Amino acid sequence: MSRRVTVELGYPGDTRDVTVEIPDGEPVPWQVPDRFELVGRSTPRVDGAMKATGAARYSYDIVLPEMLYGAILRSPHPAARVRSVDLSAARRLPGVRAAIEIGNDQARFAGQEIAAVAADSSDIADDAIALIKVDYEPRRFAVTIADAAASGAPSVFSGSNLDKPKISSKGDVDRALASAAEKIEATYVTPVQTHVSLETHGAVARFDESGLTVWCSTQGIFSVRDDLAVYFNLPPEKVRVICEYLGGGFGSKFGARPEIVTAARLAKEAGAPVKLMLPRGDEHLATGNRPNAEQTVRLGADRSGKLVAIDLVQRGSGGVGGGSGSSGPFKMVYPCDNIRTSETNVYMNAGPASPMRAPGWPQGCFGLEMAMDELARSLHIDRLEFRRVNNTNPVRAHELDLGARAFRWDDTKSALAKQTGTNRRGIGVACAAWHALGASGPEATAIAHRDGHVEIRCGTQDIGTGTRTALAIVAAEELGVPISQVASEIGDTRYPFSLPSGGSMSAPSNTPAVRQAAAHLRDKLFRIAAPILGAAPSDLEARDAVIRVRFDPSRSVAFKTVCRRIPGDSISAQGERLPNYQEFRPDQAGCQFAEVEVDTETGITRVVRVVAVHDVGTMLDPLTSRSQVNGGVLMGISYALFEMRRMDPALGLMMNPTMDDYKLVGPLDTPKIDVIFLDVRNGGTNTGVLGIGEVVHVASTAAVACAVSDAIGVPIRELPLTPDRILAALEHA
Amino acid sequence: MNRFEVVTPADVEHASAMIAKPNCAAIAGGVDVLDLQKLGVTRTATLVNLKPLAAMNGIDEKPGGDLRLGALVKLHEVAEHPVIRKRFSAISDAARQAATPQIRNLGTVGGNLLQRPRCWYFRNPLTNCLKKGGDRCFSVGGLNRYHAIFGGGPSFIVHPSNLAPALVAFGASAHIVGPGGVRTVELEKFFALPSVDPHRENDLKAGEIITEIIVPAPARGARSIYIEAREKQSFDWPLVSVAAVIVANGKTVSQARIVMGAVAPIPWRVPDAERTLAGMAPSEENARAAAKIAIKNAAPLPDNGYKVKIAEVLVRRAILGAASEAATASDQT
Ligand SMILES: Cc1cc2nc3c(=O)[nH]c(=O)nc-3n(C[C@H](O)[C@H](O)[C@H](O)COP(=O)(O)OP(=O)(O)OC[C@H]3O[C@@H](n4cnc5c(N)ncnc54)[C@H](O)[C@@H]3O)c2cc1C
Repeated sequence: MSRRVTVELGYPGDTRDVTVEIPDGEPVPWQVPDRFELVGRSTPRVDGAMKATGAARYSYDIVLPEMLYGAILRSPHPAARVRSVDLSAARRLPGVRAAIEIGNDQARFAGQEIAAVAADSSDIADDAIALIKVDYEPRRFAVTIADAAASGAPSVFSGSNLDKPKISSKGDVDRALASAAEKIEATYVTPVQTHVSLETHGAVARFDESGLTVWCSTQGIFSVRDDLAVYFNLPPEKVRVICEYLGGGFGSKFGARPEIVTAARLAKEAGAPVKLMLPRGDEHLATGNRPNAEQTVRLGADRSGKLVAIDLVQRGSGGVGGGSGSSGPFKMVYPCDNIRTSETNVYMNAGPASPMRAPGWPQGCFGLEMAMDELARSLHIDRLEFRRVNNTNPVRAHELDLGARAFRWDDTKSALAKQTGTNRRGIGVACAAWHALGASGPEATAIAHRDGHVEIRCGTQDIGTGTRTALAIVAAEELGVPISQVASEIGDTRYPFSLPSGGSMSAPSNTPAVRQAAAHLRDKLFRIAAPILGAAPSDLEARDAVIRVRFDPSRSVAFKTVCRRIPGDSISAQGERLPNYQEFRPDQAGCQFAEVEVDTETGITRVVRVVAVHDVGTMLDPLTSRSQVNGGVLMGISYALFEMRRMDPALGLMMNPTMDDYKLVGPLDTPKIDVIFLDVRNGGTNTGVLGIGEVVHVASTAAVACAVSDAIGVPIRELPLTPDRILAALEHA
Repeated sequence: MNRFEVVTPADVEHASAMIAKPNCAAIAGGVDVLDLQKLGVTRTATLVNLKPLAAMNGIDEKPGGDLRLGALVKLHEVAEHPVIRKRFSAISDAARQAATPQIRNLGTVGGNLLQRPRCWYFRNPLTNCLKKGGDRCFSVGGLNRYHAIFGGGPSFIVHPSNLAPALVAFGASAHIVGPGGVRTVELEKFFALPSVDPHRENDLKAGEIITEIIVPAPARGARSIYIEAREKQSFDWPLVSVAAVIVANGKTVSQARIVMGAVAPIPWRVPDAERTLAGMAPSEENARAAAKIAIKNAAPLPDNGYKVKIAEVLVRRAILGAASEAATASDQT
């Protein structure tokens, strides 16, 4: 059975009524102007105090009886055959309980896992690592794209280091470019960026009668479970994965990565639990990165400034990994009739790429938006206007207007036209897109206890985005109780299934399941309350910590009183995330504006202010959402100005694998960030919440880079925008 | 794991005797010592803790106007001390711009002057570079964007200390206690180029301890400044720093001392530039000319030519900055 309900979707000024089929048991989608108690208001993180006081338990904090400490030996060679690994001396060291070979008979990057030990203390483990004798046969290597792609380059695997180009094409790009009134061609280069999650990767693993239990820093407890079940040939239910708190992942913490498997292997071999958390340096070498990219972009436009062709020829390297494509923005942000992209992954002897916050997009956006600026200049069109002309998304059109007003684009532009002196300011704008609509799959349990407190259980994890808070807001809203009465229990595969936290999927995938579970729980409580109130369950509502008769609110009973009538200790209800029904749009828009100041004598650049405009579907919590935007913008500034994995081509080593040498944005580099949310009711689910982690990062780097080029009057087509590059560009201006 | 013991000496002489032994070293704030031990770049077995040596503490203004800085004084104290801020502002500015609040609360004057280079080849446990006893400096033909533009060869490290250029600009000296007794050495002569010995950055002998720094009272009308350029503003090292002490009488410079940091293996004084300023008005034009002279002997590596440009700019700005203060000061007196 199902019902049809009509919901109003869109944003102020452009709404439409959409009729959707709601299956039985699914709550009616949240509607604006529904009267919300919590949704859309600022709720401080429910676990903020736990984190601030150190009470929150991260994998790092897990200590088990008899626990051993693991360490990994990594290849010092960028390429070598591993002839033999001799663990005997390490095994003989007192306090060493297990020593294993990881099983890589070829080292393909400096930092690759070779062997591991577990010992009574991490000091002993480190000593044991130093006693492992590995007979390496070093080989030729290549650690830059140019070296790896050169003819006669040493093979990273076997054969060519170049994958076949991935080509996608619509229309006739060559013809359109040939007849374009104005066109540009330029090559834009981005570096490898490492994730630098606050918490390093790693795990604590324990085998016992019940199977394998792993506490690990992961974005996907169920994917870790499944990988480990396969690896150890156990039924998945015999593997329990726990991640109560996670210090960031940004895409680098999916699945049973080598250090997780290694911890478990050591635990098995030693017959005791093993903790293996990576040291900071390994994070830069071996746990993932955003691949670099060299993007040759050709754009053509007609006289009116309409794009007629977009052409991208790209190559990038994910080190010994793949996934270096960056074509997303070229296909999605400024759709035109003729678009062609060609992407080639190049293998080189460096740490493997892994997904990183909007994989491929910040680099693609940088290439595209820089090219847009260059074309706008040759067309003598205002750069913002050029984007308006080529934008086809009405949400983004609205956002560009909001942003331009808040940023004072026109006024700033005229003021800057008159600037004098050696400190030069510049402005830039860049557009974002994403598709964080979430997916079906997650389930949730809502439990009401006799003392009136409510528990939500969902096997998701919080990668730092405030998942616990989001889930608690949804449940508390649905049940009409204060948020302090709701506890979100997440991060354990004993809880109902959920998806990995990636692709900005968590909020849009989990909140509808939680809302459904809470609605079902509320219905059960209504059945208990109905006789007390002398009303039918269907006439009740839950608000303000009471359950009351909808048409006669004076007839009410406290939520807690109802809970005391629960026959057992608690009652529970299930919820599931259904496939998306009709949405307003299948994507998200967004745009960011940046103003920078460049000291043209020293080349040192400071971002002065950023205005970020985004649509997030139903606004659950502006505090948490704003924090996501701040993080996305800062990470983008860091990528624009500072970050780069620096490989010595002759040694094959990363020279800056430390927090000191790997330059990250800091407090004094933080500009004023104004965040504007466009309220877009997107529909699709019973909450209408969209993910926001990635879209807020897509355009940040590009906006800053465009502003820097504007400030100095010459484009700089290579990141990071360090003083050497800025001074060189000015010299050749 | 690099194991070591930490021992507490009874007094400076005792400490000196202990660190004279092989495989022993002093530890003050420990910021750099422990970093190098953790990296395995050093494997010192015994660290002699200087912190209990109260005699090495304290900041005093001597009757003649000299400044005494105990070697154990924290960077934070230097940054905030009213006398230093007023009369030796380049020194407090240098301290204030170093590192982060946490590090300034630990790092000491002595440790700051004696910290080892930040070169990423030196600090990488996988490379056996010249400074660590190997036979080559990997920055040559390697990644050298942060390396020396002056005084390099055979090693191209830059001296990392913020305090060093400021103290050299004031003509400060170090008091040193060692197995051979006590000596005082001008800091300018204390730091040593790699051409003298690539394994060390100064002339501290086995067992020697810096107990205090004496900064002579600046001449009347002297004003000082310390400025630096960093890639990023938080938690970063200077690409180039400049300390200048300028004495101006009326509208002309009578004496100038200009010292650059982070550009050479030692604090890099530029006497030619200083001389061109003497007797001249500290005008934009003269500052420009002096700055040009300051960089004329630069010998950049392939990746660090930009540091020469920054150095020139900072020297000019430092001269103008110090001179404008000096001018105001002499107007007032
Ligand atoms: C992230 C970061 C950023 C930094 N940024 C800067 C910066 O911008 N500018 C800057 O100048 N510094 C910077 N530093 C370095 C920091 O200032 C120094 O490491 C610190 O000042 C060293 O002082 P310490 O007392 O801890 O020295 P220690 O680590 O204790 O000692 C350093 C060396 O000096 C020796 N030693 C110490 N005291 C004496 C003494 N009295 N006599 C003889 N030998 C002695 C030790 O044996 C050792 O060899 C930074 C450090 C970090 C970690």
